[in-house]
Amino acid sequence: MIKELLIILISSSLVSNVVLSQFLGLCPFLGVSKKTGTAAGMGTAVIFVITLASAVAGAIYKYILLPFDLTYLQTIVFILVIAALVQFVEMFLKKFVKSLYQALGVYLPLITTNCAVLGVALTNVQKNYGILTGIVNGFATAVGFTISIVILAGIREKMEYNDIPESFKGMPIVLITAGLMAIAFCGFSGLL
Amino acid sequence: MKQNSISERLINGILKENPTFVLMLGMCPTLAVTTSAINGLGMGLTTMVVLALSNLFISLLRNVIPDKVRIPAFIVVIASFVTVAELLLKAYIPFLYAALGLYIPLIVVNCIILGRAEAYASKNGPLLSLFDGIGMGLGFTCALTIIGAVRELLGAGEVFGMGIMPESYVPCSIFVLAPGAFFVLAALTAIQNKVKIAGEKKGKDMSKIQSGCNSDCMNCADAGCSRRIVNVEQNKSDDLEIIEIGDDEDLLEEQENSTEKEEEGND
Repeated sequence: MIKELLIILISSSLVSNVVLSQFLGLCPFLGVSKKTGTAAGMGTAVIFVITLASAVAGAIYKYILLPFDLTYLQTIVFILVIAALVQFVEMFLKKFVKSLYQALGVYLPLITTNCAVLGVALTNVQKNYGILTGIVNGFATAVGFTISIVILAGIREKMEYNDIPESFKGMPIVLITAGLMAIAFCGFSGLL
Repeated sequence: MKQNSISERLINGILKENPTFVLMLGMCPTLAVTTSAINGLGMGLTTMVVLALSNLFISLLRNVIPDKVRIPAFIVVIASFVTVAELLLKAYIPFLYAALGLYIPLIVVNCIILGRAEAYASKNGPLLSLFDGIGMGLGFTCALTIIGAVRELLGAGEVFGMGIMPESYVPCSIFVLAPGAFFVLAALTAIQNKVKIAGEKKGKDMSKIQSGCNSDCMNCADAGCSRRIVNVEQNKSDDLEIIEIGDDEDLLEEQENSTEKEEEGND
């Protein structure tokens, strides 16, 4: 059991990285990666939300959708649950855990539209993961997201001072960087 | 041509405001499913059907839906059509369903659909909205098919599964793998930048052409993710201050300020 969870942990965070090999959550990956500090903040918020969302979505799937034979509604239910959950978490943190809200607050609303959250919930269902396995998978996926966004932000900070051809300034060079990172992450595929 | 005629809407979607090449919307599926031309075509057509139908229904319901809950209401409409499309694909085109997999339900979070609902269908009549959706969908389909064909040609020497390159061509398989998607998109945005720079030199208005994904979510819906990404971007320099400032009011003020900054920036 523990071995199985460990394999999921490594494969979801490194081998099939959520951004670099599955292309989920590209918006924040490219949009919020100009500085390592912001990137780390976004990453932490994503870890928090995805772990929570995969727990809630897993529970709803197992205890509500499956027994009542409503699995075809999963897309609608998950997207609404995730949107509501993010709002709820934001309100809860604002009221009760001020310090965490100040650290993550700005990033929380952004995450509702992050397709990685819905992607993880759906993958968990597709792969028939139980609730615990689903949570581990969600956590690992989010950690993979954080690793790649922080690395990209680090590279972009250095790249500010480089001489880049005019038409490659801005997004194109960032995409090439992401492509090179994807090649590097391909190296992990021999890991398992 | 008349501003809001049916044919104008179609041409607008395919050429003038092509969601992929001009507006750079919906990049996640664009990168993920374009490993071959047929996958791109399938994904594009599925998105088109969902986009056209959700545009039609949102336009019909636009006077019924209260303004405050419109975004969740739109998402429910879109998610229903995505579910229908998913079940139909599963039943009638199983090979495409297997190839696209997870990315079919993820059409729900495609910026183009919510973006068109917010920007067009919620303000215009049903017929025009339907054709706006079809036009945008066709533009998206063309773009995905072209990108898929290029990647398939370079990566496997084929287009739509037919061998095109001479036998001596050694397929550069990185183009059908994940890194190739990033490189193809990088080349695409570089060309777009070039066109934009050349156009600006001639003094044309190029404000419609967006560069890359970081303007993606800012465009998709005014009230949704859009402003918030801008806020984060703008707040980044003041990040530490925000964390130190304890007061919610200050935080709000900060965000209002950055919204103003954003508007100034747009000017």
